[in-house]
Amino acid sequence: MNLDANIPEGPIEQKWTNAKFKYKLVNPANKRKYSVIVVGSGLAGAGAAATLGELGYNVKCFCYQDSPRRAHSIAAQGGINAAKNYQNDGDSIFRLFYDTVKGGDFRSREANVYRLAEVSNNIIDQCVAQGVPFAREYGGMLDNRSFGGAQVSRTFYARGQTGQQLLLGAYHSLSRQIGLGQVKMYNRHEMLDVVLIDGVAKGIITRNLVTGKIDRWAADAVVLATGGYSTVFFLSTNAAGCNVTAAWRAHRRGAGFANPCYTQIHPTCIPQEGEHQSKLTLMSESLRNDGRVWVPKSKDVAKKVRLGEMKPSDVAEEDRDYYLERKYPSFGNLAPRDISSRAAKEACDDGRGVAPTGFGVFLDFADAINRLGKHVIEERYGNLFDMYENITGVNAYEQPMQIYPAPHYTMGGLWVDYNLMTSIPGLFAAGECNFSDHGANRLGASALMQGLADGYFVVPYAVGNYLGSEVPIGKAGKIDINDPAFAEAEDAVRSKIDKMLSIKGHSSPRSIHIELGKIMINHCGMARDADGLKEAISMIRDLRQRFWKDLKLPGSSHELNIELERAGRVADHLEFAELMCYDALDRDESCGGHFRVEHQTEEGEATRDDENFSHVSVWEFKGLDQPPQKHAEPLVFDYVKPGVRSYK
Amino acid sequence: MALSGLVLVGFVCGHMLGNLQMFLHSDWINEYAYKLQHLPYGLLWVVRTVMLIAVVAHVITAVMLVLENHRARPEKYVARDTLQASFASRTMRYTGFILFFFIIFHLMHFTIQNVHPEFKDLEVRLEGVSGSHGSLESRTIWGVYDKLSAHGEFPESEALAVHDVYSMVAIGFSPTYWYVSVFYIISMGLLCYHLMHGISSMFQSLGLRNAIWRVRLDRIALVISLVVFVGFASIPVACLTGLIEPITPLVAVH
Amino acid sequence: MSERNISITLKVWRQKDADSAGAFETYRMESVSTSSSFLEMLDLLNEQLIEEDKDPIAFDHDCREGICGMCSLVINGIPHGKNKLQTTCQLHMRSFRDGDTITIEPYRSKPFPVTRDLVVDRTPMDTIMQAGGYVTQRIGAAQDANALPISKELADKAMDAAACIGCGACVAVCPNASAMLFTSAKVSQLNMLPQGKPEKDRRALRMVGAMDAAGFGNCTNIGECEAACPKGISLDFIARMNRDYAVASVKQFLGMVGSV
Repeated sequence: MNLDANIPEGPIEQKWTNAKFKYKLVNPANKRKYSVIVVGSGLAGAGAAATLGELGYNVKCFCYQDSPRRAHSIAAQGGINAAKNYQNDGDSIFRLFYDTVKGGDFRSREANVYRLAEVSNNIIDQCVAQGVPFAREYGGMLDNRSFGGAQVSRTFYARGQTGQQLLLGAYHSLSRQIGLGQVKMYNRHEMLDVVLIDGVAKGIITRNLVTGKIDRWAADAVVLATGGYSTVFFLSTNAAGCNVTAAWRAHRRGAGFANPCYTQIHPTCIPQEGEHQSKLTLMSESLRNDGRVWVPKSKDVAKKVRLGEMKPSDVAEEDRDYYLERKYPSFGNLAPRDISSRAAKEACDDGRGVAPTGFGVFLDFADAINRLGKHVIEERYGNLFDMYENITGVNAYEQPMQIYPAPHYTMGGLWVDYNLMTSIPGLFAAGECNFSDHGANRLGASALMQGLADGYFVVPYAVGNYLGSEVPIGKAGKIDINDPAFAEAEDAVRSKIDKMLSIKGHSSPRSIHIELGKIMINHCGMARDADGLKEAISMIRDLRQRFWKDLKLPGSSHELNIELERAGRVADHLEFAELMCYDALDRDESCGGHFRVEHQTEEGEATRDDENFSHVSVWEFKGLDQPPQKHAEPLVFDYVKPGVRSYK
Repeated sequence: MALSGLVLVGFVCGHMLGNLQMFLHSDWINEYAYKLQHLPYGLLWVVRTVMLIAVVAHVITAVMLVLENHRARPEKYVARDTLQASFASRTMRYTGFILFFFIIFHLMHFTIQNVHPEFKDLEVRLEGVSGSHGSLESRTIWGVYDKLSAHGEFPESEALAVHDVYSMVAIGFSPTYWYVSVFYIISMGLLCYHLMHGISSMFQSLGLRNAIWRVRLDRIALVISLVVFVGFASIPVACLTGLIEPITPLVAVH
Repeated sequence: MSERNISITLKVWRQKDADSAGAFETYRMESVSTSSSFLEMLDLLNEQLIEEDKDPIAFDHDCREGICGMCSLVINGIPHGKNKLQTTCQLHMRSFRDGDTITIEPYRSKPFPVTRDLVVDRTPMDTIMQAGGYVTQRIGAAQDANALPISKELADKAMDAAACIGCGACVAVCPNASAMLFTSAKVSQLNMLPQGKPEKDRRALRMVGAMDAAGFGNCTNIGECEAACPKGISLDFIARMNRDYAVASVKQFLGMVGSV
């Protein structure tokens, strides 16, 4: 597997400029002859499709939803970072770069992160030009806030709906290109395989979710922007439809999968309530600016609270453990996500959790309400308090909120080089579905930044370079969908579907997904250990076997069949989950969102092992009955020296 | 819809003001009616044509609207519920439909007078219509028309026999024909409803409102609608209760 | 978080595909937790149906937190149910009582044909957007974001309009199946911001044109859309679009707007 990251020459500030200069250009008259497929219509997908369309390429864009506007980027609440330094508080491209590398626990590639910080400013300019209604100050300038533990105010936001507004901005641009005929949009199409001709990505196979029709699509380059795999945990903050299928299919075709064990657990979600639950709801992290996190000091008090024998507000001040403030005095309740999440888990594992299930901690606004007045809190978080009450039936102005960490984002993903190309030539990965920029932990308000950076500013150049240098104009757009490679891929897709429908067992896809989720959250969640991971691998194998023996699917493949869709996604999760555990087992250190209980300080802090694990683990698929093969891309730090990530 | 509605609302308001002269001396409305009938330059037919066009346009657009909207939802919901739509807004097509027949009846009743052909024979003498503009001018404002038509078609006589509109209305709404009055009052209630939504809707459709003016215009629409209702309905009520009585009894004509 | 269990009866519209005739079917559900969401209740019903070898009910959903706009459903005659400012996925079973009968229908309108059961095709809304729901500009060619000051009041107002999630509840609830609220929210957002001003007239004409061409009904200013909108988009935006459209039409008549 070729893992040359193709990092451009020169000092880090010059790398992107140099790369762009060296990129091959395609003659404007020739661009329309090249066809590009973009899978996914979130920030990265819609951004890339729109920009490639604007540039003049012949683009096809696919999404499984009924409209490209519904991609899950839309759900991001908090904001988007950029190194504009509009607040004059000492921010800079280098500081954003530095914070991101440090926040990622020194497990990301410096050159990529620097580029991300560099283009972050263009993103804000671009979004404003599109008419994104960012929050503003009375003077008409853009407003910023501090977010997710950053010590500068560099987060731009649009109420609590920043993701929505940014996605709609990209959707506007995409809609314009669709209207102009530059981009052809295929809604309710799910990508089920990548087609390789002579080892090069030349197309995809999709299923029309309405009619069940399997189609072949050819292109000179394929861009995957298909999001993360948090739904491997079943319960996550991701949309119900999010899945790993596209990335996993690409992996099975030869694309390296990097750091699958890096998953982010978001600390402020509403705790799970019962077995019926289908998803966990995230409460914006901004709540931690004014809320104080605590659990009772003693297990007895916690038990009384759980059983409803004692009201939270009746717990005396001296009986409360504001554990984040205690452990991390300088960051307090704003400690980074992985640290806050783990601290909550520790408290609950200690028997001091407060939700009925025992897995929940308090986020208390009583102090803030006393200090600032209820109206201020209402103004700042009114919609979140309403949302909380709607879901839980509890008024958080009177009783503290209960929160618990939930799977939220996945830093791991398809391995890509500096040009966002996977280890399959011609196959690009953008946004959450690649592993590129966040290392082992993502900072708040950086996901939107990365999605748009990849979509608007990297993929369009990089794809152009690939086409210009690797696909001769004489061959542009001349791929034959009757090529045996297409037939083979289509047959594989069909036979998998037919096989699933023919089992006629007893387990519904949802029930198996729930079981998988439990295995993953218990063994490969916030805390992992070698024995647990080994056990998980064998449990996943058993479950996978059961899936293929006992699956029960209604209906046929020639119709809108929601259970068939679900089953296909669960099948891929069942394969992917095993890889995730392999990676977690192999990475015998703690870093960022990956916490191995074997590797912690006496105080319970994660300890990295830079000597042995300062690399990207890239996995190669070797068949289901074989363990995956690991490759390593060493990480070199020339600008940010790895240190202990301390938030004390 | 909104533009024709605007014309019709203007007409309704003017018509109501004219009618309210029923509560003054009978000469007011009789002279007013006479002079409307004898507007110079054929203005009467100009106005009648404009009104006809407005009504026809209003009806045609309404029918088109209903048909198009019907086509936009070929399959209806089985469960029905309403959130905030006013009763008035949901019943525009029905109130409008009934008002259409009201207008036809109203024209046959008092304008064409083929409901009561004997109304044609009601006559009253008006003093001093033209010439010196003497006594009448001091009682009515309509003397202004005389200046327009001082050399026009008004007869030179000191007294003039004109159609006794006052008595026609008083008889038309008399307790004998109580059901006619009831129909009128109900129709005016429907008109009130129709306007309540229609007037505020007119501003919305023309884009002539915003967050600030929204409430104000809704209130203005409400006030106009109620005034129109009270104004129009007061006349049949007055006739039914004997407050207004014919000056020429119908029997006298026979 | 007081949790109870209730029993309910569901009357659900079932339709095999766009070409088949549909009908209601009745299902009984025992012990539904009041803390579960409406869609979770349907998830469980589907599990029950699979168990009984029946076809599960197809319905649209994705984010399940009220922002993607994918969930639809007309619940007891009201899209997204009767609670204010909520999508179906945010509706919880505690809004219902033990023994309730709940009727679930798909969005009904000609431009949104039923695809299956409760799933409808809402692509005409995308078509309206493609006609003019954007600012014409090139990605990568923008000036500095703060070079164009925009007053907070205006930015907030634009955000009010931009909050639309494109779920189509306005169309579904409108007795006329009109898409005016959806269209006007987008026209207003872009027309009121300085970035969108240069193509204001063209946008109004094109988007309204696309809306009419799609076969939506006409607005009779009833206001149900505003009440059903899970994001509280105001009727005032419709007035605003009417104004923009009227001005643009006059300008077009006078030859002041280029080809549309």
